[in-house]
Amino acid sequence: MSQSTEGTENPTPESKETLSRKKFFELISFGMGGAAGILLGVPVVSFMVAPLLEKPVVKWRAVGAVDSFSVGTTTLVKFEDSTALPWSGVSAHTAAWLRRVSTTEFTAFSVNCTHLGCPVRWLAAADLFMCPCHGGVYYANGDVAAGPPPRPLPQYDVRVRNNQVEIAASPVPISTD
Amino acid sequence: MRKLLIRLWEWFDDRTGVGALIGPMLAHRVPPGSTWPYVLGSATLIAFIVQVVTGISLALAYVPSTHDAYASLRYINDTAVLGHFVRALHYFGASAMVLLIGLHTIRTYLFASYKYPREVSWLSGVVLLFMTIGMGFTGQLLRWDDNGVWSVIVGAEQAGRVPFIGKWVAHFVLAGDTVGGATLSRFFAFHVFFIPAVIFGVVGLHLWLVLRNGISEPPRSGRPVDPKHYRDWYHKMLDRVGVPFWPDAMWRDILFGLIVILAIGVLAVVYGAPELLQPPDPSIIYTNPRPDWYLLWYFAVLALLPPYMERYVMVFGPLLIAVILFSVPFTHRGGERVPTRRPWALFWVLCAVLMISTLWNLGVRAPWSPNFDAPALPAEVVGNIGTVGLRGAQLFHDKGCEFCHRIDGYGGQRGPDLSTVGSRLTDNELAIRIMNGGYNMPAFAGTLTHDDTQALVTFLRTRTSDRFTR
Repeated sequence: MSQSTEGTENPTPESKETLSRKKFFELISFGMGGAAGILLGVPVVSFMVAPLLEKPVVKWRAVGAVDSFSVGTTTLVKFEDSTALPWSGVSAHTAAWLRRVSTTEFTAFSVNCTHLGCPVRWLAAADLFMCPCHGGVYYANGDVAAGPPPRPLPQYDVRVRNNQVEIAASPVPISTD
Repeated sequence: MRKLLIRLWEWFDDRTGVGALIGPMLAHRVPPGSTWPYVLGSATLIAFIVQVVTGISLALAYVPSTHDAYASLRYINDTAVLGHFVRALHYFGASAMVLLIGLHTIRTYLFASYKYPREVSWLSGVVLLFMTIGMGFTGQLLRWDDNGVWSVIVGAEQAGRVPFIGKWVAHFVLAGDTVGGATLSRFFAFHVFFIPAVIFGVVGLHLWLVLRNGISEPPRSGRPVDPKHYRDWYHKMLDRVGVPFWPDAMWRDILFGLIVILAIGVLAVVYGAPELLQPPDPSIIYTNPRPDWYLLWYFAVLALLPPYMERYVMVFGPLLIAVILFSVPFTHRGGERVPTRRPWALFWVLCAVLMISTLWNLGVRAPWSPNFDAPALPAEVVGNIGTVGLRGAQLFHDKGCEFCHRIDGYGGQRGPDLSTVGSRLTDNELAIRIMNGGYNMPAFAGTLTHDDTQALVTFLRTRTSDRFTR
């Protein structure tokens, strides 16, 4: 091979050939590296992103007998959240403000302020919800009374089954605007 | 013995080449006059090392599970030998790191050390600044008490304001729909593996750049940076007047580093670790979530923003700060470095420092937060004002007025001080304000009876300025 290329026509065919070999090795090295990256990256990223694609879970939780709530009062009720894991411990607890509007009607407010999610307190004497973080205030029906909250307190679905009040434990309400 | 040690070192050095690697680093010349202002970077690194060492110690006992974290922290804090002290070291180490990286940033900006050829030093430094804040936030959460739980929720709510993908980002922060089993593990992984790995890598680059480009010489008026000739000039200057880094300059870094470690230790002994609050149970709602001191100023921003611009500031504010910081070395490539010739630089630093310290001061007091603990007004403050007035004084507390309004030093600070409101407003005006509310005040028309309102007005009318002189 080197014999035939000796001459004036192409003075450095060998170096040209090694260059293309070099190029080839470069290409397959990058290719193999990329393949290895994809092989590792796809499952790892999928594992991290998977929880985002799960459908929100809603579970009905009993919070007490109907008669334990008097009409016109707002009571803090505690129950297990909708996505408790075996090792969640007390962090799986959650709460809502349950208002008995009439003998047949209940409203369950999220405890999370719509401003930044801090837990609002019900001040029974003043008929107001107040947030300790940035001073958001809501009326008894959840409407914004004062301060920075952009929208009324979110509500959970409530139903009565077998004389028990049940609340639809749902994802933490996130204000998106 | 000495000979044996020397031979041992020679063998090791021959096989590893460590001497040839480190020797030039120690011997590299630095500009004369690079004295105390230049120790802040190495001090930040030392604070980081304190964090790595104390962090690993804490990880020996900490259990990153939502169920056990609190109990393991209680064990570290209350039972383990020196556990409380190591926690305190980690807390004050974090504080030192945040403070020092802030000062280091200000110093490099004031000296314009980011100019040619040290742009990448600045850029990598900005990355480290953000990573440090990220460590502060994630670290506060790992103190898995009620404050930790609510910090996650507040973080997720802010993430939720990102346009279009907010809900997903928020769910990524929570690692699901609720604060649950996966949340703490995720923050632990970020705090202990991911962010530190980035910090190690970027610190490596940052230090390598110090060797490659040399540290910036102290700026002098009338000696602007000229990218064309700067490198030549710098090397000639070093050859002429440079001093070896070790020990001529490095002793200051070591001394200051020692002072930093001593300060962290003394603070840890005197003040101890931050208290563990209530258990991480999101159904405990009687809590008062607050960020650690280094983010209190941002807490104030979130409280004071007018609602209509909140969304933009929450999302684009941090982004804008990042863009500004990253663009600094490209908008000011050459020219004067000395701060007195760059009045705008001085101005911006002054603005930033004043702004953050004012907001920080407000964040500490949080006057916008209702004061739920305000006691009913004592009899000597109320005075002898008749039964209707007395009932008004009681209502002033019970109806929550006092949580936001102050009278003679009792009550909250969100609304105006009402100590002398009787001299400012008539009965009618008082009643109208109470019924209709106003900016940041609820309307009480729906919850107060006519008699209640009259009683409140009667009471408030007695809050006059001349009652002190009577």
